[in-house]
Amino acid sequence: MSGKSFLQKSGPLLLVAPLFLFICLFFIWPLGSVLTQSVSDNAVARLLPETAKVASSWDGQSAPAEGLQAAFVTDLRAATDEQAVGDMVRRLNSAQSGFRTLMSKTLKAVQDKPEGPIDLVALDRKWSQPQYWKAITDALSPTTDRYLLAAVDLMRNDAGEIISQPPKQTINVAIFGRTFWISATVTIFCVLLGYPYALLITVATGWKKQALLAAVLLPLWTSLLVRTAAWFILLQEQGLINSALMDLNIIADPLALIFNRTGVIIAMTHVSLPMMVLPIYSVLLTIPKNLMPAAASLGAHPLRAFVRVLLPLSFGGIAAGSLLVFMSAIGYYITPALIGGAGDQMISSFIAFHAQNSGNWGMASALGIVLLVVTIILYAVYERLATQRERSA
Amino acid sequence: MKNLFKTAAFGMFALASTALVAGQANARDLTIVGWGGVAQAAQSDVYFKPFSQKSGKPFLEESWDGGYGVLQAKMKAGSPNWDVVQVEAEELALGCADGLYEKLDWDKIGVKDEFLPEAVNECGAGVYYWSLAMGYDGDKLNDGPKNWVDFWDTTKFPGKRSLRKGAKYNLEFALLADGVKPAELYDVLSTDEGVDRAFKKLDELKPNIVWWEAGAQPVQYLASGEVSIAAVYNGRVTGINKAEGKNFKLVWPESMYAIDSWVILKGAENKDAALDFIAFASQAENQAKLPLKVDYGMPNKKAAATIPPEIDANLPTYPDNLKQAIPLNVDFWIDNSEALTARFNAWLAQ
Repeated sequence: MSGKSFLQKSGPLLLVAPLFLFICLFFIWPLGSVLTQSVSDNAVARLLPETAKVASSWDGQSAPAEGLQAAFVTDLRAATDEQAVGDMVRRLNSAQSGFRTLMSKTLKAVQDKPEGPIDLVALDRKWSQPQYWKAITDALSPTTDRYLLAAVDLMRNDAGEIISQPPKQTINVAIFGRTFWISATVTIFCVLLGYPYALLITVATGWKKQALLAAVLLPLWTSLLVRTAAWFILLQEQGLINSALMDLNIIADPLALIFNRTGVIIAMTHVSLPMMVLPIYSVLLTIPKNLMPAAASLGAHPLRAFVRVLLPLSFGGIAAGSLLVFMSAIGYYITPALIGGAGDQMISSFIAFHAQNSGNWGMASALGIVLLVVTIILYAVYERLATQRERSA
Repeated sequence: MKNLFKTAAFGMFALASTALVAGQANARDLTIVGWGGVAQAAQSDVYFKPFSQKSGKPFLEESWDGGYGVLQAKMKAGSPNWDVVQVEAEELALGCADGLYEKLDWDKIGVKDEFLPEAVNECGAGVYYWSLAMGYDGDKLNDGPKNWVDFWDTTKFPGKRSLRKGAKYNLEFALLADGVKPAELYDVLSTDEGVDRAFKKLDELKPNIVWWEAGAQPVQYLASGEVSIAAVYNGRVTGINKAEGKNFKLVWPESMYAIDSWVILKGAENKDAALDFIAFASQAENQAKLPLKVDYGMPNKKAAATIPPEIDANLPTYPDNLKQAIPLNVDFWIDNSEALTARFNAWLAQ
């Protein structure tokens, strides 16, 4: 009997177990590893234990003492894992350009002479310059905030204070701003286009309703890439829109619709529109049809009836749609890449660049974390506003 | 309830076992990765298919547009799903130092002394020499640009320009346009003032630049008239002349050249077959066939000697072309790529 009651108790738990496992495996764990990636910095520390021991004895200004150099050579001799050495060199080169060639020279010298001291300064005079040793000693702590700081255009100076980066080097903050600005613009256009459309579907009947719904659903079932490519064909200089307008003699020269902000907004609005129309439509369906005639019978002008009755009642749909559109717009990558110019790329393309091209996963993770945090803050603000509204309503 | 639970458990078990079986599915065929376009089509005809016939085993081909992070990600993810990859000089040096590639057994490849010295590396074997040069439509411009000063001159040659997106090559071109002599190019670029100067020069042209990433794009832009001059891979220009009867011209003076290499990703499933493939693609008799299809220079000297003169004149390795060209300084880019790329991206996005 007890077996049965155990099953009865644990049945629901077992049923949700797959979902729970799925969330842990594909959501919490990756998120955790991204977070770790953005602050972890053990590429250098794990290979240079001896150097770490004597590093504190160096003042960081003068040419480094022989003890430090000897410890460094000992560590290099002990490091046999090529990929780990590669990680270390890449990390050092990213702090101080020139480490790549310096290290390949030094590693070769260490290989050629497996015992006894090596005069590093004689090998390459770069080793007499403190900034190379500073790059090593700075990298000996297993965690770092350099990626997170760099993600918001900050850095630490030699004294360890947080300062802003030279403006030529980075513009992440501006890119974040651009990302949110584009997403907000797209959301507003989606509301302006989506609300009347959803209203139209609600009042339409028969085949007209089916056709209007199909016009929303069909694009939703089409791949994002295909829809974006279609906009490429429509918007280009010799594209359908420009050639039609020119044939009709409305314009003389082709409009600049592609490789700029206009094109990105148009394409993104179209791609996101179903996510606005459907939530609004589902809310409008639940509003009794007789409310508007009732308002009219009490003498309200149709516009006043709309603003005072229909709009407040359907606000939940607008809010849900806006949230869906805004959140998904923040992560857009393909559409700006194909339709936009160099000045319209959003933060995802910079994350992709660091992950795929430069192989700087720490930086890619840090940008991702900053994006996540800002998005969560925005969501919290939204939640607060929405609950306040509910209370006051 | 009990039955439902049993069914669910059985279903899970069945699912898990199929997943396990699928995980041990058939071994992947030898996967060769090139840069796409006319060059890979030619490689497929003269290397991939004949090699597959000879070995009696099928192969897979894929293409990519470079990017060191792509290879790094494959290695970090465990066993890579590519075997042989054609990489640029900088990726060869970086990956070899970082232990991403297998060391090549040159005794097995067997043609080490037939190769030009810079095409022999402990991790890579030369694929071909290619140039990044100015290209334009000879039917639209009778008297075309002669150097990078002309490329920057939008009054003399109206229209937009197309450049390969990235810091590499463009900083060099900008300095050349600003009057730096080829011999001093990398000395100037090694200083902060030199880098500032290059970006300032790029600023002048920025509104007129259409950036490209895949090699097919600049040729399309030239063909559609979207741009009037572009920096292009030399093989693409002669390729489109042959395929579509165009009259595109290349400007060899101040063009920049580099060599690509075959590498084998470390721990690749088919690394033995991969080495056999590299050996096959390095033999003089096989390399001699590639320039007949696409105009790139061969690292095997014996192969290069057999190229008919009318084709040879279109290759980056042709003495007259080589004399006026500038080799890419790989060491400079290995050290400075990260810092300059960050700055280039910031500049580009402004």
